[in-house]
Amino acid sequence: MYHNVAWALQMGQMGKLIYIKIRAYILFAQRAIETEREVSVESIVTHPIPALKPADCCSTSKASVQAVSRKHIMWVYIIVGFFGLVSVGTYAMHEYYLYLSAYLWFGFIYGMCLQYGRFCFASAFRDLFAVGVPRMVVGIMIATILFSITSSLVASTGWSTFHAAPWSMHAVIAGIIFGVGMVFAGGCASGSLYKAGEGNGVSMLVILSISVTQSAFVDMGGWINYLVPKSWAESALTKGLPSSINVSDGWVDQYLAGYVWDQPVITFARLLGLEDHSLVGALYGNTLVGVILPAILLLTVVYIFWSRKRYVMDLKANEGRSANLIDHVRGFWAMITSSKRTAIAGLFLGVACGLQMFVIEGLRMKFGVKNAGTILQRLGHDYGISAKGTVFDPGYWYVTTQEAQWVGWVMQKLGWNNMDNIYFGWVNGIPSPAINPADWMSVALIGGAAVMALLNNEFKWKMPTKELAIWALIGGALMGIGSRLALGCNIGAFFVRTANGDISGWSFGLGMIGGAYIGVKFFNWYTEKKMAREMANINFDL
Amino acid sequence: MAMKFNQKEAGLYELDVCGYVCPHPQLYTKKVMEKLHTGDKLELVFDNPSSAESISAMCLNEGNPVVDQHKDGSKFIFVIQKG
Repeated sequence: MYHNVAWALQMGQMGKLIYIKIRAYILFAQRAIETEREVSVESIVTHPIPALKPADCCSTSKASVQAVSRKHIMWVYIIVGFFGLVSVGTYAMHEYYLYLSAYLWFGFIYGMCLQYGRFCFASAFRDLFAVGVPRMVVGIMIATILFSITSSLVASTGWSTFHAAPWSMHAVIAGIIFGVGMVFAGGCASGSLYKAGEGNGVSMLVILSISVTQSAFVDMGGWINYLVPKSWAESALTKGLPSSINVSDGWVDQYLAGYVWDQPVITFARLLGLEDHSLVGALYGNTLVGVILPAILLLTVVYIFWSRKRYVMDLKANEGRSANLIDHVRGFWAMITSSKRTAIAGLFLGVACGLQMFVIEGLRMKFGVKNAGTILQRLGHDYGISAKGTVFDPGYWYVTTQEAQWVGWVMQKLGWNNMDNIYFGWVNGIPSPAINPADWMSVALIGGAAVMALLNNEFKWKMPTKELAIWALIGGALMGIGSRLALGCNIGAFFVRTANGDISGWSFGLGMIGGAYIGVKFFNWYTEKKMAREMANINFDL
Repeated sequence: MAMKFNQKEAGLYELDVCGYVCPHPQLYTKKVMEKLHTGDKLELVFDNPSSAESISAMCLNEGNPVVDQHKDGSKFIFVIQKG
């Protein structure tokens, strides 16, 4: 009874949140249409908006207020109606589908938040290194802190779905590869999903590249087995995997079973001798020590090296004095609040991510399952279930594994036996994308981003140019490899783990920062060369 | 669509990076602003929404005000003055 009431409350709150957000936006759009009628179309569409302070630029809807066309609003209703119909229709078939719908609507919220805040992990350190802009680092730290607080509260109730990952230098190396890839691709794994919702063809190519690379990478064997250290191969054979898993054939299999699984699992709470699932361990160990203090330290470094100079110069120009400690605190706060859109998106994302854990665990208790594989089997969907009866069901926001799964599913339909590896065959399975909970989340994320883009007049189908297509494929491939080495991407390996006090999250993050730096250095050189050619015939002294 | 840069008149330049995704619009803008003289203006045209936030913040940090901005459909048009 308690579980029924609890999950009903959770689902009710989630539905209310989505309804309020979409309704507010549509009301705003309708008001814009009424204004358009009064003012005339031309004055809005083609005339410049009156001068704005630079600081306000694009940080509020005022800067880009345009009437939202009826066509856009119609598409918003179609997208929301489609997801609503899927939820209601499948629920009518069986209440188990609520489990998949929960994933779907959280994905939808993530998509709306990501698009609203232009929330891309790739831009965090890339924009800092490339153009000195700290707004995304700030947004990500806000989201991580909020997520950490909510997930710690959830963990202390025993309802957390999170499991810390093995930690070693592999997380840093994987982060470097992923970091270079996300700069080349022009977006991280989650950023590419939301940009696909804006109609961006480059991002769609990035998603395809991540998906194909992962799916192929986890099943690569043959001559690549010669690159496996002997100790990994020997250790992998001792793990007692079933005969259906050919652990001695495949680099990733032997990397996972022979190396990664042997590494320690460490959280900040455990380092302090506390339990992850106790209130003190979760809030003090994993949130305060593991997230809030490092985040403040990181933001202080960002302020000192990237924001302080401008703040001090402005203070001198406006008030004719040097900055004291209180001024620097104000400057630090000004940096935090400089992009309200990003900060607001971070707040919503952080809370929603924690809530998803609570809702999914509540549904697991309600249905008496530990993994969606059991639900799919009860519904008669046996295809693509792993050897231990599971499918990929993280219980929280995740991006890359479901992308590998849909390509894996297609490959298997085409005759490729990829269920003999650990990744698909033993852990995640390859269920049909039509009933894969995590796939529902990603598709809805794209839909949520599309809704927000339509309401902001930012939806546009954009075909990739040849140049950007090449970068998308290279960057996507590097992100795919990095994701599988780290067992996650910027969301699964960094955001979720860091927020839950897992030190492998910060390790992957450090790698991503290093990778972003390398990628920016390369792109600086590349851009410089292209601009030199373009500027060759221009005399700037005229 | 390839990147286009040209001089419209003395002290006024145009950079069109439509079709480009992050980080290209930011980087091209930064490289152009480094070349301009104080008071020169750049009319920047792009259609990557996430670049709008970064370019605005970059201009603010570097003391190059965005003196005019508007949207034409899904295109963003910023006029940036070299400070």
